Amino acid sequence: MTPEEIMKPENLVYAKPRLLNDNHMHYCPGCSHGVVHRLVAEIIEELGIEDSTIGVAPVGCSVFAYNYIDIDWIEAAHGRAPAVATAVKRLNPSRMVFTYQGDGDLAAIGTCETIHAANRGENIAIIFINNAIYGMTGGQMAPTTLEGMKTSTTPYGRRVDLNGYPLEMSKLLAQLDGTCLVTRQAVHTPAAVRKAKAAIKQAFINSMEGRGTSVVEIVSTCNSGWKMSPAQSNKWMEENMFAKYPLGEIKNTVKK
Amino acid sequence: MAKVQGAVKVNQERCKGCDLCVVACPLDVLKLQPKEVNNRGYHYAYMHNPEACIGCASCAMVCPDGCIEVYRVTNK
Repeated sequence: MTPEEIMKPENLVYAKPRLLNDNHMHYCPGCSHGVVHRLVAEIIEELGIEDSTIGVAPVGCSVFAYNYIDIDWIEAAHGRAPAVATAVKRLNPSRMVFTYQGDGDLAAIGTCETIHAANRGENIAIIFINNAIYGMTGGQMAPTTLEGMKTSTTPYGRRVDLNGYPLEMSKLLAQLDGTCLVTRQAVHTPAAVRKAKAAIKQAFINSMEGRGTSVVEIVSTCNSGWKMSPAQSNKWMEENMFAKYPLGEIKNTVKK
Repeated sequence: MAKVQGAVKVNQERCKGCDLCVVACPLDVLKLQPKEVNNRGYHYAYMHNPEACIGCASCAMVCPDGCIEVYRVTNK
């Protein structure tokens, strides 16, 4: 059979989710944000909760997340997404509320809001994109930047005596009693994408059922900030990032 | 044994030529256009070796821009 004969609606196995609209994404080629956006859209579509979902967009590369997924969104001030999500969820307890934040937003400017929202056990899902760098502003050092990693503000590599240690937000949040799910995933291979999808789905279900705060950290790449090709950055991430940020479930209090 | 045949349709204008689908494909079906570009100047992906495709959707799973549609038939 020729490809034209195979490409018929009845043979369709996979297509872009309906909720991910046709706007051209502003992300750099190969950015992990696109994959996570697609997963969020897919899961909301699968769960059939597009009318009862409210997303809170952060400041950072994903600031325009509301342009790409057709659900209700609120744009929060820098780092304040968990605080805004707290209000949204408390006023609309029947809604599924999630925040979508990068590491500069969640781990630097919004550390206080994130920790307190998680400590209060707000019934929200937090998607945390950790690429160890401030991608949007030009690749400056973030709290999550690895030791010795070169960024535009640490051209000779991050020094522990000067800049401190990389902040492991997920490990920290797992200590709090309010969190019900803390997991670290990646989206660099098809298998990892499927696992990440299952984790985000679980987080969204937890939010709807009011089980507490769910945190899904996605270790991702920033090929522009790291000055590598997308394929090279995936390899670099596997070799360097996973040593500091190993994948897997850190905490799950939900009984299976 | 039933033979599985697949095909992928790449949304050329949405593709940014990041090469991730080419790396993810287990059967080396996809390649980036060596010369052709889309209206944003990216070398988009295309089916270089269509016979080998089994429609596993690995390329679509890793595509950051959701520009790949996957089709599959099983010949009995």
